[in-house]
Order: sequence, then C-alpha cells, then structure tokens
Amino acid sequence: MFEYAPAPESRDVVDIKPSYGLFIGGEFTDGTGTPFKTVNPASEEVLSEVASASADDVDRAVRAAREAFGTWSAMPGSERAKYLFRIARIIQERSRELAVLESLDNGKPIRESRDVDLPLVAAHFFYYAGWADKLSYAGYGPSPRPLGVAGQVIPWNFPLLMLAWKIAPALACGNTVVLKPAETTPLTALLFAEICRQADLPPGVVNIVTGAGETGAALVNHPDVDKVAFTGSTEVGRLIARSVAGTRKKVTLELGGKAANIVFDDAALDQAVEGVVNGIFFNQGHVCCAGSRLLVQESIAEELLEALKRRLATLRLGDPLDKNTDIGAINSAAQLAKIRELSDHGELEGAERWSPACALPERGFWFPPTIFTGVAQSHRIAREEVFGPVLSVLTFRTPAEAVEKANNTPYGLSAGVWTEKGSRILWMADRLRAGVVWANTFNRFDPTSPFGGYKESGYGREGGRHGLEAYLDV
Amino acid sequence: MSRTESPARLAVRKTYKLYIGGAFPRSESGRSYAVTSSKGEFLANASRASRKDARDAVAAARKAFGGWSGATPYNRGQILYRIAEMLEGRRAQFAAELADAGTKRPGDVVDAAVDRLVWYAGWSDKIAAVAGSANPVAGPYFNISSPEPTGVVAVVAPDDPLLGLVSVVAPVIVTGNTCVVVASERAPLPAVTLAEVLATSDLPGGVVNILTGSAKEIAPWLAGHMDVNALDLTGVSDPGLAVACEEAAAENLKRVLRPAPADRADDWAADPGTRRLTAFLETKTVWHPTGI
Amino acid sequence: MTTSFADVASSNVALRTFLHGLPGVDRVGADQRAAMLGTRSVKTTAKAEAIDLAIRMVDLTTLEGADTPGKVRAMCAKAVHPDPADPAVPKVAAVCVYPDLVAQAVGALAGSGVKVASVATAFPSGRSSLDVKVADTRLAVEAGADEIDMVIDRGAFLSGDYVKVFEEITAIKEACGRAGGAPGKEHGAHLKVILETGELATYDNVRRASWLAMLAGGDFIKTSTGKVQPAATFPVTMVMLEAVRDFLAATGRAVGVKPAGGIRTTKDAIKMLVLVNEVAGDGWLTPDLFRLGASSVLNDLLMQRQKMATGRYAGPDYFTLD
Repeated sequence: MFEYAPAPESRDVVDIKPSYGLFIGGEFTDGTGTPFKTVNPASEEVLSEVASASADDVDRAVRAAREAFGTWSAMPGSERAKYLFRIARIIQERSRELAVLESLDNGKPIRESRDVDLPLVAAHFFYYAGWADKLSYAGYGPSPRPLGVAGQVIPWNFPLLMLAWKIAPALACGNTVVLKPAETTPLTALLFAEICRQADLPPGVVNIVTGAGETGAALVNHPDVDKVAFTGSTEVGRLIARSVAGTRKKVTLELGGKAANIVFDDAALDQAVEGVVNGIFFNQGHVCCAGSRLLVQESIAEELLEALKRRLATLRLGDPLDKNTDIGAINSAAQLAKIRELSDHGELEGAERWSPACALPERGFWFPPTIFTGVAQSHRIAREEVFGPVLSVLTFRTPAEAVEKANNTPYGLSAGVWTEKGSRILWMADRLRAGVVWANTFNRFDPTSPFGGYKESGYGREGGRHGLEAYLDV
Repeated sequence: MSRTESPARLAVRKTYKLYIGGAFPRSESGRSYAVTSSKGEFLANASRASRKDARDAVAAARKAFGGWSGATPYNRGQILYRIAEMLEGRRAQFAAELADAGTKRPGDVVDAAVDRLVWYAGWSDKIAAVAGSANPVAGPYFNISSPEPTGVVAVVAPDDPLLGLVSVVAPVIVTGNTCVVVASERAPLPAVTLAEVLATSDLPGGVVNILTGSAKEIAPWLAGHMDVNALDLTGVSDPGLAVACEEAAAENLKRVLRPAPADRADDWAADPGTRRLTAFLETKTVWHPTGI
Repeated sequence: MTTSFADVASSNVALRTFLHGLPGVDRVGADQRAAMLGTRSVKTTAKAEAIDLAIRMVDLTTLEGADTPGKVRAMCAKAVHPDPADPAVPKVAAVCVYPDLVAQAVGALAGSGVKVASVATAFPSGRSSLDVKVADTRLAVEAGADEIDMVIDRGAFLSGDYVKVFEEITAIKEACGRAGGAPGKEHGAHLKVILETGELATYDNVRRASWLAMLAGGDFIKTSTGKVQPAATFPVTMVMLEAVRDFLAATGRAVGVKPAGGIRTTKDAIKMLVLVNEVAGDGWLTPDLFRLGASSVLNDLLMQRQKMATGRYAGPDYFTLD
C-alpha cells in the first residue's frame, strides 16, 4: 500500500496551562473540590490539572448566572445577537487552535475536529445569533420569555460541539448558563471561557464548572436552576428525569441510541458502504446517533460485507493529530473497558468478530474497527449502546421486517435507509421511530436541522427553530 | 327520583363499564364503586378499574397506534368532527348527567365540549404545517422536520367530568396518539357516556381507552408502564401523586405534562392553543441528498 | 470475460438490463468521498515517491489543430528527459498525439521505452461512420502507435443504443490488432476507451459506460477528451476506479484508468494517486494500469520535485515549455 508519511498537525498552536480553575462570573477562580487531571487518550500524557467544582462552587456559579440574567434577558435581542456573532467569529479565527486542543483532549482525529466539529460549532453560534432578535417570529407567541438560569451538562464525545448546541440557543433566548463539561474533556470548554472574555461577554452569562458526576448532580439539582439540558447516557438521563420530578425545571435530554442503518438490495452500494463506515466509525463510534446496527437485506449481505471489509482495511488508525488518521483514540480507559467487555460478550454470545489487520499503538486507549456478523436481535451487542467502533450486522428480508427490527429497541434517536427507490425511502422514513432519519446519507448535522430522540433517546430538540423551545417559557 | 309510586314500567338502567379496545368490559377485578350525585344521591355503580385493566388498556392503545397514527390526518379530523356531532346529538343526556354531577349551566358546558372537539378536529391536518419546518442546511440535502405522534399517552383527566375530559383527550388523539385516560373519579358517568359516543363515531377501538376508578390507584401503574410513551398529569391535584408519577415516568423517559400550579389548576379550560398538541408530538427530521 | 457476461451484449435489451442493474451511484455521497480523500496529506518521503510515480504515469499530450512534427518532436524529447538537468527524473509513460503525427512520435521515441498513444475514431466528437473510425484507427496502428485512445459514441450511449457503442468498441479493438507488426509491437495496440464523462452527465452513466467499455474489451477506460468540461474530476475518476475494481473481482481481468483533462498541479496528481490507492487498491499504482492524461502537470511535478530536493521553491523559467 501507498504509505503516506506521517503528517502531524502542529501542536504549537495551543498553549495548555498546567492548571485551570472554574469560570464563574467572568473570572477564573479556584474550585474547592479536589482537582483532577485530564489526559491525552492517545498517549496517556497528562495535559493539565483542572479544578473540581463542589456544591458550593456550583452554587456560586448559579448565583453569578442569576445575577447576570436580569441584564442579559433585558438586553435587546439585537445586542445579544452581536455578542453571539462575535463569539462565532472568534471561534472561526481560533479554529485550528480549538481543533488541535479538541483532538488532544478527546482523541478524535484532527481531520474530524478540523473539518466537522469546528465548522459546526461556529455555524451553530452564527445560526442562533440570528434568532436572538427574531424570537417573536419563531412560532412561540408574540414575545416569548427566557426561562432563567440553564444548568447544562455535556458529554465527552463532541466537547465543543455539544457546548455550542447548549450555549448558543440558551443565550440567544436570553438565558444565562452554567455548563459542566465532561470530566475527561474539559479543555476546549475552558478555552471557550477565554473566548467569552475576548468577546467581552458580560460576566456571569456563561459559567463553566468542571468536575465529575457529583458536580453535574449538584448543578442539575440546584434549586435556582430553571432549565436542565443534558446530553449523555440514558442511565444518567433517567436519574435526572427522576430528580427534577415535581420541580418547575424544564428539561431536555439527548441520550443514547442504537440506530439501525438499513441497506436495501437496490442501494447505491459504494455510497452505502461509505455511509455504514461513517455511521459507526466516525469519531470512533463515540456518537449517540451512530449507526451501530447494520440491517442488510439478505440478498446482498455477502456482497456488502465483502465491500465493507475491503473498505475497513483502508481505515487508518493512529495519532489523532496526524491529518490522515481516520480512527483516533478511545476517549478513556473506562470507555475502552466497556467496549472490550461488550465486544467480548458478543463473542461469547456466538457472534463472529472481525477486524482488519491494524496495529494498535502501545500507549493510550485504542480499539480496532470491529464488525460482528451472525448477530441476533437478542444479543447484547445488538441491544446495548457500545459507544465504540463496533458494528453489529443483522439481516432482513422485507421492508416490513427491516422496520420491525429497526424499531425493536428502547432507543429512538436516528436511523439510516439506503435504497435508490424514492417511495420506499418515504415509506420507511414514515415508520421508523427515530428523531433523525438519514436516507442515503448518515451522520450529517446542521444548525438549522433539529436533532433529538424518541423514546429512551430523550426528549426535546436541539437545532433549528425547534431548538428554541427548550430555552423559552412556552 | 321519587320512589313513592310504582312506575308504569320499570326502567332499564345502564351499567357503567370501562371502555377498552372498543369494548365495554367490567373491571377484571370485579370491583365497582357507588357514584353519587352532587347532592349525595346514588346514581350508579361505576367500575373500579384495577392495574390489570390499566395494563389491558395500554395493550389496546398500543395495538391501535399503528393504524390510527397511520390514518390520514384528514380522516382523523373527520372522525373527531364526527365525535362532536355525536356529542351534540346527545346534548340532553350529557346535560342531565352533568347536572347530576353538580355542573353549573350544564348545557353550556356540553356546548363548550362540542366546540373544543371541533377546534381540535381542525388541527389534524394543520399542525404539521405549523409545527414542522423545511430546514435550509448548508449542503446538497433536502431536509424536513415534521411532527409525529409520541405513541401511547396515559392521561389523568381533570375532575371536570366532560369538558375536562374532552380537553385533554382530543389534543392527544387528533395527532395520531392513542391514549388511556383515567376519568374523573368523583363523576365518571359522563366519561362512560362519552365512550358510547366514541364507540359510535368511527373512532377505531383502542384509540381512546377510558378507565374509571381511583387515579391514585391506577395512575402510578400507568406512569411506570414501560410501553407508555407519555404521561399527562393535568388532572392530578395531589402533589405527592404527581411527583410519584413523574418519578415513575423517568424509568423509560416518558414525556410528562405536569399538572398546572394550584393557582392555575383549571388551565385546561383556558383558550386551548396548541400546547396540548405539541406536548405529545415528536419531531422527526429526514435528510436526503439532492443530486442527479 | 467469464461466462456470466457472455450474453450481456446480445441485444440492447440485454445490455440495458445488465447496465441498469449495476448499483447506482449517489452523487452527493460520491462527491463527499472524493472530497474526503482529497484531504489526505502526502508529505516528505511519500510525496517524493508519489511525484516520481506520477511522472511515470503521465501521458504527455498535444491534441491541437496547430500541432506540427516539430512540436511533437520537442514534446517527445521532453517525455524522455523531462528535466534535462536531472537525469534521475523518470521518463513519462507515453506521448499522446493525433494519428497523422504518430510516425513522427515513433521516430522520436525509438528505443526510449516511452510509448506512443494516438487518439482515433474521429476524435474528439466521434461523429463519423464506423468505417472511418476503423480506418482512422488502422492509420495510427500501422504508423506504430502502441496505444489507441478511442472515443465512444456518446449520442448512441445517451439514446440507449448500447449495442452500437459496444460493437464500435469491439470493432476498434479488432482494428488495434497488428498482424506481423514491428518487433515488440506484434500484439497490436492497447485500447483506451474515452467515455467523455462530461457529456454523460450522471455518475450512473459513468459507471454504466465504464462497464460497457470493459465488457467490449477495452484495456483502459479514460475519462475525457480534454475538449469538454468538466473533464477528469475526482469523483468521476473515483467512480471509474470502483468500476475497474469490481470488474476485476467479477472477471479476473484488470482494466486501467486514465483521467485526462484538467489535471494541472502536483496536488491534483497526488490526489489522483490517493484515489487509486484507497479505491481500486495499490495494484493499480503502476503506469500499466493508471495514467494521467495531461501536459502542463508535468512541469508542476518537476518544480515540486526540485523543491523537495533543494528546499527552495522552483520557478517556471527553469523548466522547458515543451
């Protein structure tokens, strides 16, 4: 094979401080919890030490947000818009720095942080900036009011993008926020705090509290939080839904998924293969809407699998900062253990495991792209979210069977359909119980396009006009 | 009711039963409770639904969901309008039942219930245009979001026997959801009569399932039921029950419409708007590339 | 051809059934895949190797009304010694000229190992009778051409007359044969089939035309004449690479691919090699199975090559214009 020489993106564009504090009321302050280390999952190198917010720190942050809420919500929408535009511009200006930092802290390939995450982050701020002075036209009444202080907890798979999905609409609608980034990926959120300062955003409008689960719980359960937005596991989503019972808090949850990617025998085969690959190996499969179940029509199963395996053999796994890397590092040792456990279980259950020849680096957290064939609906790998580069392959015979199998899960976040027949696409799209249906494409995102799940994949939508509802008192 | 004279003919009394899957079964538990008028007079025995009745009702609602959500919005609108017609035709009967239940100006209330049905009937083929969107994504894709019914919705109806019930059931079903509704415990008879209206309005069996009995007893079972997608707690006046139901609903991430605060407890009676429609809708976004 | 394809060309109905039964190509997905591969970063040693490989794959081309024997001789000299100052620079694969100038090129390249390719079949439109096309081909073959770059009848293809396209290709293939040819040229000329993808408009058509050309016996499939825009785009080249990959799997015969027209920079050339590598596989990374039909790209490859060697950016004045 034509071996491309190493093509590492320069790390010099980022300046990681040895330690970081909490961002409260426009200032970086110490936390009273025990600081924790964040590591580069590709090398296990410690990147920095980060403050941990205790319940008291969270309370300070909520109070700062409450204090800022008065002026921020009273500010004309057109002025709020300009702050958001300013933030969007700074993100564009510093996009390479943010992309490199994201890849360092998260382990995702620079090609993705550079070409997917960062452009979407900037676009999201641009999009919601434009809504700030047009809320009366959004279909939520003549002058919809913000909710107040939003407590937002985000995951580690798209640290900055999830931050954008949470903060941009919240601020556009006139809310102030306290955001907790994931414990393993706090750095880009802290750089974003710096960007807020560069943009002269009024103190307290955005507060960032770092920490683990307890910090998140303190935020979600804080009595002066009006709105809770969470992206993460269904397990934690359940706890949150329970904990807000009986309160006035408005809640949106974007949780897990076990999406079916359904390939019919008349599909554009090469693009379907790409879609399947992109569906499950994008971001190492750390994607809630990942197409983790391939449902292929039996008549082409063999042909498709052969093409898929051939394609997998060309995936380049390794240094996330190398511009040619397709598969980066697994985000953490804990996640790697979970992926291994479920995959081993897949073999125990009798599914056949396959990975391309693929050398894994010695240090860091790595898992090869993996396909399981001979998977039954009842297998754990067909039901549980692996959240890793692991694809379960199942077959079907008729469109009705495909729908039945696709919907046979407590989740309902996304689904894929591959066929060249238009009427079948619409028939399928109609019947798939999922918040996003990608037909002849997969894993596409856009700030104008609402995203969110059915059933145990959560509720509420992020993106588009629909995304405003989560942050307005309607 | 005077009992001093023997009537010339003995009246055939109605047995008030549950409404599940289009049929009128008694509670599987064999239980009933005495319903009295607002003046304390015995009116009838109503079925006291059990958790197993609730389970059967959920199964019926789930079974009906595919057909009802798959029906054309025009068809659903026609059926809701038909319900309004049937209700109007039984105006006198409902007015009498409401009077027994102590409702003031019962005729006006029946009219309001009819009008509310008409309001929601018209939404069947309009809500998608209002709640949906065409999304101008930055790429060669056709992208559209449309509202879809959430699934099976469990509803605790307000205590108001007819208008309250209609106000919470109509918005749930007009968009294609099916429901299990716990009727007013105090005055369940109009709910059972409404079931007769539903049964003669071309509404497929199972779309609306009406349980009479104790909300405190049944609602937690519905809230915890893993095949229920959403929970409308509008009629729950006991805060403890509301919290318990919301907590139980978290188990499968049900969409929950909380009861209005006490000072706005008759929120359901206000100008209906679209909130009760959108509370039980999912937004589905479909992408497709645009190319030759 | 394996037996399964034996009857495919028996009628338009049979050909249509076969070609339209091939999997479709989703344009947006194909564009995205090609664009993603375009982000591959090929640097340092890999770049140096890629540049030399690309030079060895160039079909140095002149196809102008103003072509003269002098112009062709000059181009042939360049083909053999692309950079007179650096003998380490490899020769290009072939020169590509009109049929009447084949003899000039054959003379100029004798013993060099650089092949002579000739366009034929009423190039570039292909709008003439089969007799004329066959005669055009024979002219070039008899003058010593090693390779014939024919054009398909796009009109026939677009009107669904696949049999006509098929039969023309087989006829030209036959005309490429050379009984009692010169030493080393006994086996006749290799046939490259130009699809003129810019006129076929859809990727589905590109895939079908690729298969049609391969079924009819083409040794290479080539994107374009260079006279129609768009010419050799990355997605079109990718679709053709998928076709040869699938054809090999189905028949055991490896067919070459030649993007032609619009490849002007080293970056473009390397992107093409990345496409070959990741779509068809490294088996195609040889001038026997992949060519770059171009002229101006050669100087850019030379300039980049010099930059790699000296560390300085090169200037056009230091390379010959031919």
